[in-house]
Amino acid sequence: MSGISRRRFLAASVAGCAATTLAGSKKALAAGSFSGYPDGMGVLVDLTRCIGCRSCEAACNKEQNLPAPEKPFDDKSVFDETFHGGTQKRRPDENAYTVVNRYDTESASEPVYRKVQCNHCSEPACLSSCFVNAYTKTPEGAVIYNSKVCVGCRNCMIACPFNIPGYSYSSAFDPVVKKCIMCHETRLKNGLPPACVEICPQEALTFGKRKDLIKIGHQRIQTHPGRYVNHLYGEKELGGTHWMYLSSVPFEEVGFDPNPGNEPIINNVKDFLSTVPMVLAIWPAMFTGFHLLAKKQDGHGDHEHDVEEHHDEEGGAQ
Amino acid sequence: MSAKQILTTLMTALAFVMAVTMAQAFDDMPDQVSIGIMAQYFDAVEFDHEMHTELGEDCSACHHHTAGTGTADERCVRCHADSDEAATVSCRDCHLVAPFSAEQIQREAADVYQFHIDTPGLKAAYHWNCMGCHEEMDGPTDCQDCHSRTLEGDAFYHADAQASATEEGGH
Repeated sequence: MSGISRRRFLAASVAGCAATTLAGSKKALAAGSFSGYPDGMGVLVDLTRCIGCRSCEAACNKEQNLPAPEKPFDDKSVFDETFHGGTQKRRPDENAYTVVNRYDTESASEPVYRKVQCNHCSEPACLSSCFVNAYTKTPEGAVIYNSKVCVGCRNCMIACPFNIPGYSYSSAFDPVVKKCIMCHETRLKNGLPPACVEICPQEALTFGKRKDLIKIGHQRIQTHPGRYVNHLYGEKELGGTHWMYLSSVPFEEVGFDPNPGNEPIINNVKDFLSTVPMVLAIWPAMFTGFHLLAKKQDGHGDHEHDVEEHHDEEGGAQ
Repeated sequence: MSAKQILTTLMTALAFVMAVTMAQAFDDMPDQVSIGIMAQYFDAVEFDHEMHTELGEDCSACHHHTAGTGTADERCVRCHADSDEAATVSCRDCHLVAPFSAEQIQREAADVYQFHIDTPGLKAAYHWNCMGCHEEMDGPTDCQDCHSRTLEGDAFYHADAQASATEEGGH
């Protein structure tokens, strides 16, 4: 290899590396700048206040025009229902966007009730996983979806860290994903709290701006020492959720994943995704450059060698 | 007029004013309160205020510091130990029927010095206040002991007449 070509080779490599680094960092910066909608609305769920009356389930059913339930909403026997060999309690599905479960815990003498619904993540994994862009995170705070474009692939059901989206298995021809939308269409965008919040007799659900709810949550922990575990679940978990929780017992005892990490799910693939443009745009150019340089160097050698190589290739092909 | 006479007169006047104020306060006090402002799925609650005043040690057990009888709550007493009777002692003047309305959320956001940022709405205030005490003192704690469910309520809970009869029989 001659001195000139080596210098050009190095220069080309450095330029390529610089370009990829620059492209990468720019991408990461752009992707990292979204910090949710702090002015978006959310709900603070206080498990110490919930009495398991299931009125929120009834209100959700009415507001969202869901089918009639198998058992009336004042029937407490649903709390004894378990699935998958007793390992799982009730889950939201196509007929119920929210359910309340009862937990008999080690830490508390009284049962603890927990309402389950979409947590409306600041950076939703369902949204990232949807290849038809059916999901939208609205500035009001809700994670909504357009069932007209949903193709029923169920990627979002796998992506959701809280196992929330349900699927209309009952529909043979147009099955789509179904989940809580924080009453966005009928209430939230008109400045009203979700139906479940309004019906709650205990104000176990507090509606407000996410940033204010964080303040209120910490204030409750501070003013009632001994009532709560010192943690506001959802403030930081998975990049933050718009539904947050206070509990008197450790969160793992009432069915929460105690340590899902504070990174949004999208961050698991963000680094990889930012290298995609690099691979697609820069690698072809860079390797073409290497190839051309290598070819040019070959040009200095004798032609017999070239012919020999050609023969070899042909032999190999046969 | 001697200093003693003046003092006596003043004291008498003061006692008279206080007596009148107290009498007025108790005159204003309702014997019966019909709580129907939120009635829809459940009927109005006919609250026997007179009976409950005899049970409570003083008004602050329910009315915090607003009745002018002081307060024993260690969280409230720092500011409200000597609070006078408030202009209004009615629950709904502080605990709102619609605590999460857009107007209320705007109002709270505008008032940056607001200390009470977590005041419960009227429905929660009633349930907490009543239920907390009823559990302690063996008062009624079942929903329909205080307010019976309306037909609209039966439909809301998808509980027809038969289902609700079984439900009541079960208790």
